[in-house]
Amino acid sequence: MSILANKDTRLVVQGLTGQEGSFHTEQIIAYGTKVVAGVTPGKGGRQHLDTPVFNSVKEAVEKTGANASIIFVPPAFAGDAIMEAASSGIGLIVCITEGIPALDMVKVKNFLKSTEIRLVGPNCPGVISPEKAKIGIMPGFIHKQGPIGVLSRSGTLTYEAVHQLTELGIGQSTCVGIGGDPVIGSTFTDLLALFAQDEETLGVILIGEIGGTAEEEAAEWIIQNQFDKPVVAFIAGQTAPPGRRMGHAGAIISGGKGTAKEKIAALKKAGIAVSDSPATIGITMKQELEKRGLL
Amino acid sequence: MKIHEYQAKSLFQKAGVPIPTGYPAFSVEEAVKAARQIGVERFVVKAQIHAGGRGKGGGVKLVNSIQEVEDTARNMLGMTLVTHQTGPEGKKVERLLIEEAIPIASELYAGIVLDRSEDRYVFMVSTEGGVEIEKVASETPEKIIKEWIDPAFGLTAFQARNLAYALGLEGPQAKNASKTFLTLWKAFETNDCSLAEINPLVVTESGEVIALDAKMNFDDNALYRHPNIAEMRDLSEELPSEVKASSYNLNYIKLDGNVGCMVNGAGLAMSTMDIIKLHGGEPANFLDVGGVASAETVEKGFKIILTDPAVKSILINIFGGIVRCDRVAQGVIDALSTMKVKQPVIIRLEGTNAKMAAELLESSPLDFIVARSLQEAAKMAVNASKAESQ
Repeated sequence: MSILANKDTRLVVQGLTGQEGSFHTEQIIAYGTKVVAGVTPGKGGRQHLDTPVFNSVKEAVEKTGANASIIFVPPAFAGDAIMEAASSGIGLIVCITEGIPALDMVKVKNFLKSTEIRLVGPNCPGVISPEKAKIGIMPGFIHKQGPIGVLSRSGTLTYEAVHQLTELGIGQSTCVGIGGDPVIGSTFTDLLALFAQDEETLGVILIGEIGGTAEEEAAEWIIQNQFDKPVVAFIAGQTAPPGRRMGHAGAIISGGKGTAKEKIAALKKAGIAVSDSPATIGITMKQELEKRGLL
Repeated sequence: MKIHEYQAKSLFQKAGVPIPTGYPAFSVEEAVKAARQIGVERFVVKAQIHAGGRGKGGGVKLVNSIQEVEDTARNMLGMTLVTHQTGPEGKKVERLLIEEAIPIASELYAGIVLDRSEDRYVFMVSTEGGVEIEKVASETPEKIIKEWIDPAFGLTAFQARNLAYALGLEGPQAKNASKTFLTLWKAFETNDCSLAEINPLVVTESGEVIALDAKMNFDDNALYRHPNIAEMRDLSEELPSEVKASSYNLNYIKLDGNVGCMVNGAGLAMSTMDIIKLHGGEPANFLDVGGVASAETVEKGFKIILTDPAVKSILINIFGGIVRCDRVAQGVIDALSTMKVKQPVIIRLEGTNAKMAAELLESSPLDFIVARSLQEAAKMAVNASKAESQ
């Protein structure tokens, strides 16, 4: 098994006809994911990348049975695009867009509360279940099917960790970039709950960074729910100065809160192996698996 | 983005949050003119810099005549103000705010921030005005009263009343305070703030509720819909190298070390800084050249890194995904052939076409050090910085 994305994924691409949408959708199709529809308001009825384009997500879902959406819509319109997808009743929404205003996302999150829809992102590389389906912009070839779930607030740092695993011969069940913004859809805890249920997943890598309390909440969740699969974590930004936004809108130490030190302490308290270096995330997971006789 | 107190107060005034009468002044003459216009007997002269803690540093003075306004303005303009937020180097004062002095009965705190674990904005008030709110939050958290704001309805009238009563206010004061809270939320929402703070919010001897200070930070992602606020950006408050980087659309933050680094992606850029430190070095900067590292962005990256004279070695760490490493390598070669970089450059490229990239770099006549792993790259960059420092 895997989580979120698999062979049954039928994807609709919001913003298919745009430059970003076209470029990444080609790669998504090349990876073997079933792309069944595109949505660009005003361009309904056309074909793009051999895929039918619709004016609305609702119509795309009705006509093609799409069950997941990926969003490549510019930031000013992306909040609306998420709500449109949610209203269509689609199960999973992955929003790649970077730069959505926080106020828009607060409203979107509130909107999603009344639904059962799962949102991943925004400002994320998306979701990949290696050799099954890719709903994202990550380079597919660095991945390999296997037992490790990967959760991360980052993009290229996730690729780094995945690459380390693959080089060690350890594959991944599903890798999810949860996004670098202060307000995001699925959190570490939401996805840990899914990995807990997934038999293929034997261990989880959690890549956090400064800002907010998502890592502390994950650590608390792991204790409360007696999550018994090995977890390896890395926290980026141990040398980041306070009060500065480190590239990601959500990566900021504010009012002395959200430091790497606090997060690492909370994770260690939950019995999680925290890698000191970004270069040893893979090997630390290998050691944890060996310790438990899982490898 | 941050703005000055006088700019925040102009936004407050527009929204209807009561503020003292006052005017900004960029010169001694303007300060005197402002004082005459205000036409009272006691004034406050306030240095306008983005950092907090100005009072303790001597950047806020209470004076009793127009003559004293003039003298104080003369002293303050051009002085270097050091506060706990400016760092030891301080900040040069170039703007003042001249205001009427307000007879204070009590000092309160009001502020709005995003509560990330609730995915909502939270309105906070406290009777502990005039002191650092972080200190109150850590030492006496029970003295901070909170109301979470439903994004569909905004701060409601009953929530504003609850906050006012929780502060112990009564009668017209409670009414004035709750009105102020509602208008503050309006100002926050209409301007896409990331933080709004009034510290202190004062109750005057005659029972008025007035914002004695004003702080507003804005969500950079929303500035596109507020050109009037984007215009308030004061470039003199930012480092020239960071201003230059932002004009290149690069994310650059200067740090105190000597190992320059250029990385694609924010998370990888932060962890590259971390691994430099882990191997005994000090990063000179954070620089994210974006997911797609082209020859152009690499060249711009070098230009920015080299603005910092402390840089002794440069580490380039690129994880090529969609972007091919051989293209990045060519970009580095092109950039370095046209630029004079005397510091050792250590390059680590991983991902798509990494091998081809390594061959390109190694066969180039230029003097790079090609590292095979992130760890090796970090060690090499740190060693090079130490060798160059000797």
